[in-house]
Amino acid sequence: MALKNGWELVVGLEVHCELATNTKIFCSCANQFGDEPNTNICPVCLGLPGSLPVLNHMAVEFAMRIGSALHCRVEPSIFHRKNYFYPDMPKDYQVSQNDEPINVDGYLELPDGFRVGIERAHMEEDTGKTQHMGSSGRIHGANYSLVDYNRAGVPLVEIVSRPDIRTAEQAKAYVAELRSILVATGASNGKMEEGSLRVDANVSVRQPGHEYGTRCEIKNLNSLRSLTRAIEYEANRQIDLREAGERIVQETRHWNEEDGRTSSMRSKEEAMDYRYFPEPDLVPIAPSAEWVAAVRDALPLMPADRRRLLSEATGGELAPGSDPIVTIVDQGLDALVLGAVAHGGDGRRAVNRVANEVVTAEQGARLNIAGFAALLVMEAQAKLTSTQAKAVLVEMMETQASDPAAIATARGFQAMDSGVAETLVDELIAAHPAEFERLRAGDTKVAGFFVGAAMKASGGKADGKLVTGLLRQRAGL
Amino acid sequence: MSAPTRTVVTVSTGDPGTAANIAADVRAGRRTAVDVLAQHFARIDAHEGDVHAFNLVLRQQAGEQAATVDAAVAAGIDPGPLAGIPVALKDNLCTRGIETTCSSRILEGWKPPYSATVVQRLAAAGAVAVGKTNLDEFAMGSSTENSAFGPTRNPHDHTKVPGGSSGGSAAAVAAGFASIALGSDTGGSIRQPASLCGIVGMKPTYGLVSRYGLVAYASSLDQIGPFAHTVEDAALLLENIAGHDPADSTSIDAPPPSLVAAVRRGRADGVPGLRVGIVEELSGEGMSSDVLARLDVAVDRLRTAGATVGHVSVESTKLCLSAYYLIAPAEASSNLSRYDGVRYGLRVSQGAANVEEMMANTRAAGFGAEVKRRIMLGTYALSAGYYDAYYGQAQKVRTLIIEDFRRAYQQFDVLITPTSPTTAFSFGDKTADPFTMYLTDVCTIPSNLAGDPAISVPCGVGDDGMPIGVQLLGPALSEAVLLGAAAVIEKGN
Repeated sequence: MALKNGWELVVGLEVHCELATNTKIFCSCANQFGDEPNTNICPVCLGLPGSLPVLNHMAVEFAMRIGSALHCRVEPSIFHRKNYFYPDMPKDYQVSQNDEPINVDGYLELPDGFRVGIERAHMEEDTGKTQHMGSSGRIHGANYSLVDYNRAGVPLVEIVSRPDIRTAEQAKAYVAELRSILVATGASNGKMEEGSLRVDANVSVRQPGHEYGTRCEIKNLNSLRSLTRAIEYEANRQIDLREAGERIVQETRHWNEEDGRTSSMRSKEEAMDYRYFPEPDLVPIAPSAEWVAAVRDALPLMPADRRRLLSEATGGELAPGSDPIVTIVDQGLDALVLGAVAHGGDGRRAVNRVANEVVTAEQGARLNIAGFAALLVMEAQAKLTSTQAKAVLVEMMETQASDPAAIATARGFQAMDSGVAETLVDELIAAHPAEFERLRAGDTKVAGFFVGAAMKASGGKADGKLVTGLLRQRAGL
Repeated sequence: MSAPTRTVVTVSTGDPGTAANIAADVRAGRRTAVDVLAQHFARIDAHEGDVHAFNLVLRQQAGEQAATVDAAVAAGIDPGPLAGIPVALKDNLCTRGIETTCSSRILEGWKPPYSATVVQRLAAAGAVAVGKTNLDEFAMGSSTENSAFGPTRNPHDHTKVPGGSSGGSAAAVAAGFASIALGSDTGGSIRQPASLCGIVGMKPTYGLVSRYGLVAYASSLDQIGPFAHTVEDAALLLENIAGHDPADSTSIDAPPPSLVAAVRRGRADGVPGLRVGIVEELSGEGMSSDVLARLDVAVDRLRTAGATVGHVSVESTKLCLSAYYLIAPAEASSNLSRYDGVRYGLRVSQGAANVEEMMANTRAAGFGAEVKRRIMLGTYALSAGYYDAYYGQAQKVRTLIIEDFRRAYQQFDVLITPTSPTTAFSFGDKTADPFTMYLTDVCTIPSNLAGDPAISVPCGVGDDGMPIGVQLLGPALSEAVLLGAAAVIEKGN
């Protein structure tokens, strides 16, 4: 969506991703969503006096996987303490990474090929969760608050993009793509609804070619829908202010899902001074070159690579960002397509069948790859019409059968002999002279009428393409 | 009622003997742990009212522990190398189910659900914990006057401070309430009270002893260490608490050193060829003459035992105090944030309209003046716009100090200084001006900043008859060398 009056949107996103480790980042408590409050806690994640953190090796490995998948450099890093008082933060400081993060300087490629720069992807610990009991649901105006520390100490990686995003749709595509990447690395379950993925958006507007405008950071974006709505609302709010000659105040703003607005949480002047300093209770992380390489080499293919492979399988007929290919990769059905191609199936046909008929991972799991390939070959050799092929495919998925030829035979499907087809076409021309005249005059829409009639006359055995070809030949088109 | 003015024991001449004697006797069945404990409790009963070494005496638990030790011996099971030794624990060491206060109102009543690694190791070695000792609140101070529960008195003279911050532990050992004790040392908090109370105190190499369960003051400087009447007892205690702990990421991953043997070697063979450097910056200006006189005596003893002695300049020691009073408060300001009234300890919610006010009220009421001073100092040093000039600069100085000492240790095996510029001072002498109090740690702070070990060993008394200790410093993991040399100085007493 373009902004009004030529304004350009500038967005950078900060995505907090909870890592799917078995245990927390600095202790051996279970990292488990949805358990009874305050059951997965110990002296360390409660920050009890005297307790000390010990870094979870797997959390580091997951962070490295994320960095590698985002084409970052994995660097030696240290933890810092980010100091501020908040009841759900047990130590009243958060162990995070500041100016020496583990992953720096990468990019994420959207399906359409656009690259969003990644400034950094650093490690930190999650806080507990506060439930404010009272009318507002926020800390001010609450009667009392309940704190659940199960989430305190859950490992996070915060992925900070550069301000390269220019539309709300692009922001949405970025988060969707990032989610796929995170899931592909095995580092995250990607569940936004469980808070495994949390997004903050830095939004500003400018006239193209001008310096970046003053930005506002929008918090509380819990879904892709909130993200796009909030960005659009915020952009328009800023444009209205700018056009009225007012200045944008740099501030943190809260997205309110119900009324569809952002409201000020705190301005830059009120911004906290986090008093970062190196965490003395932890030692520097210095992953060996071998470890970094091993993590990189063990990564599965990322969505962008998989889309590229599918595009290549169609001989480049379909772009990596085309809808069928994006759908197939989203559903993890690319192995089915590529498997069918390896068994002699045609790539373009395989993509279309999978995108249109198979559609879901569950369906795909019921399909025998060699059988699917055999079906594609039969269709390519005109042994089955398109309609028949779809019917066979549906039955293969319903019954998990692997031999399309057997199904075709059982259903009495067979390729219509071209001589029979010619006879049929000639009969239809004779029966419908007026329609044929219109076809000869160039009204190609009438071809559909003839194909339909041929299907009806043949009980669905006629090949639509063959019939159309014969008609055009007869009509001299 | 006129209170006694002196409650000190001399272990070498009478009961109950050194910690090593106790353990040997108890393990051999010559004495029972219960009897040994009773002797110490008798002294506590007689004198604790005057000395106030303890925040809490663990009468029942100690009795049970001692009985368990005796039962093991009776059953033919070795209770361990510290069998039956009564030990006092500084009250910033977490003890499961037992109040751990750091001598602060803000933690009053808090019972940790876990024990510090050192506490577990002591119990596993057969030691008997007799109580939790008084300290300057959160280990911030040099006289134990900053305790929220009142000061501890020096057993040698009840009108004098015992030093600090581990004043309670030092006094407990000097008064014979415990045979040995644990303290923590961030800028001298073991060595200075050891010196002022006439006993041995050692700060080990950073990382040699696990900090897990030590309530943090300044994490990059804090280190747990032993108090004892003798160098050998200090070695015995350190040997049994040292060694890698996976729960402390800064713990050194190496087997615990053999230290008692080093003490015996030093005592028997002297220190032939040991190169001893007298630190020029810490052996002249600012030190009282009687302290310097005893330093000379210690140097003579080392020389007589085979050491070669020279002078060395470690210029950056002059910067140590300034660097320390930025780094330690900075870390403290962060470490002490968690005392906010939300989860444990004191909560002052009266008059608070919201959670921030509750936190502020709690901290205002719960912390003492010195703790507040250091939190403010540290908060300032870490603030945006000041970080580079203060905390950043102090870290650079710290690097300088480490390099300076490394250079000195190319020429010398150990360095020697006084432990404290003076003998024990009177209550109230240095409380009006915090800076005069900070100056008492000028000799001890450098080894905390460098992360190196240092030991204070008694070497006679001053003009006032109060104990004087001398300090030996060495490079990282030189504990055996330091203990051997300390044994030589001790032998001359």
